[in-house]
Amino acid sequence: MSNVTIRIPTPLRSYTGGADEVRVQAQTVGDALHALGAAHDGVLSRILDAAGEPRQFVNIYIGGSNVRGLDGLASAVAEGEVISIVPAVAGGADESQRSRDRST
Amino acid sequence: MKAKDREIARLKEGIAEMTPAQTLALQAQGAALIDVREAEEIALGSPTGALRLGRGFLELRIEDAVPRADRPLVLMCNSGTRSLFAAADLGRLGYTRVYSMAGGFSRWKNEGLPFELPPRTDQHSRERYSRHLLMPEVGEAGQQRLLASKALLVGAGGLGSPAAFYLAAAGIGTLGVVDHDVVERSNLQRQILHTDARVGSSKVDSARQTLEALNPSIDVKPIRTRLSGGNVEDVLRGYDVVVDGSDNFPTRYLVNDACVKLGIPNVHGSVYRFEGQATVFWPTYAKRRGPCYRCLYPEPPPADLAPSCAEAGVLGVLPGVIGLLQAVETIKILLGIGDPLVGRLICYDALRARFSELQVAPDPDCRYCADPARFPGYVDYEQFCAGVAA
Repeated sequence: MSNVTIRIPTPLRSYTGGADEVRVQAQTVGDALHALGAAHDGVLSRILDAAGEPRQFVNIYIGGSNVRGLDGLASAVAEGEVISIVPAVAGGADESQRSRDRST
Repeated sequence: MKAKDREIARLKEGIAEMTPAQTLALQAQGAALIDVREAEEIALGSPTGALRLGRGFLELRIEDAVPRADRPLVLMCNSGTRSLFAAADLGRLGYTRVYSMAGGFSRWKNEGLPFELPPRTDQHSRERYSRHLLMPEVGEAGQQRLLASKALLVGAGGLGSPAAFYLAAAGIGTLGVVDHDVVERSNLQRQILHTDARVGSSKVDSARQTLEALNPSIDVKPIRTRLSGGNVEDVLRGYDVVVDGSDNFPTRYLVNDACVKLGIPNVHGSVYRFEGQATVFWPTYAKRRGPCYRCLYPEPPPADLAPSCAEAGVLGVLPGVIGLLQAVETIKILLGIGDPLVGRLICYDALRARFSELQVAPDPDCRYCADPARFPGYVDYEQFCAGVAA
């Protein structure tokens, strides 16, 4: 088992008590995310879909590499590595919700 | 015999001369042709592709223009005399293959060899852009390129404001600004193009007022519309680069799809509270195949999983940081210098004061960018982003 750090993006920090990083022990990225989910209720379903795969608007990185280009959630993690969760963010810092609510 | 004639005779013994035709052939093989004449002479015509360094600053500028001392150099003036002196100087600086062109530009022109009228930077522009002109990566040719460039800002909001300010200051000749909205007081915490007095006025008109006040010599085109599948190509076509500072997913996907179809680089930025992302989506980038927005995020998050800045807030200065990264990338793309953020995503965490770089690979099966000849068409982006159907 490796000690790894998971970087939590701002939109998910409400699930981690505001923490921007969570440390877990894991052998693979999938293990790490499940360990995160076990420690923090509700966060896992924001990252993985019903089939257990990363959602289409979320990218999971080990260091600078997207796990999609590695072995997906089965990608091994080494001691001290950093996992980043990178969701799509629309914001151009305008009133997004209101804009979205208007029709094109 | 005058001293100068004795010196010229002496120089001719030590410096090989090339005819204009030989020079043209050597230039085609990679030699640098250096025009050492005065600016007024160069303005009347100069060989195509010549480096116009002038005589006065030659020794100070040559190493930036020609870093390798073994690259062949042909010096050229108007008749072939000043170029002898210049060639001798560059030989003393350590250049090993230095020639002088016999007969100078008048013979070049008489022999019907190719020349051009270099665009002239007028005194006003020379002063305004003097700090650009000093840098070899921009210089006069680069500045002329910027002045002839067209950039389109999607959104005159938090990201578009700082980007537009610096692109206008840099002398991007045509700046299109597309936004349908009006200025609200809550915008002013970050949308620095606008002013308190303009609350209630159109954002694109406000943007034009501000940008023209900063740089009256550029052309600001206000486009007050909401982009849709029906108008996006008409709005984007003809621009060299698009700066996406939009605030919602339907527009992000629409702008992506149109940029992919039209082959326009899309300089992307987004912000959320204390975090921001910037990258360049450019599948047809010549040096490496880049991804598009859909390669990174095939689908948008459903609305309940994507709280907006209006709900979540944003540090006002954060879009300033990201918008300026977009402006830098835009200028690099327009000048063709450096390594653009193609296939690389910069993430900025303001609270940690940390930049990280993530690789973004193109998706070989991407429906939109994998095969530009098979563009699947625009969709109903509101529906697509509401998760109903694509």
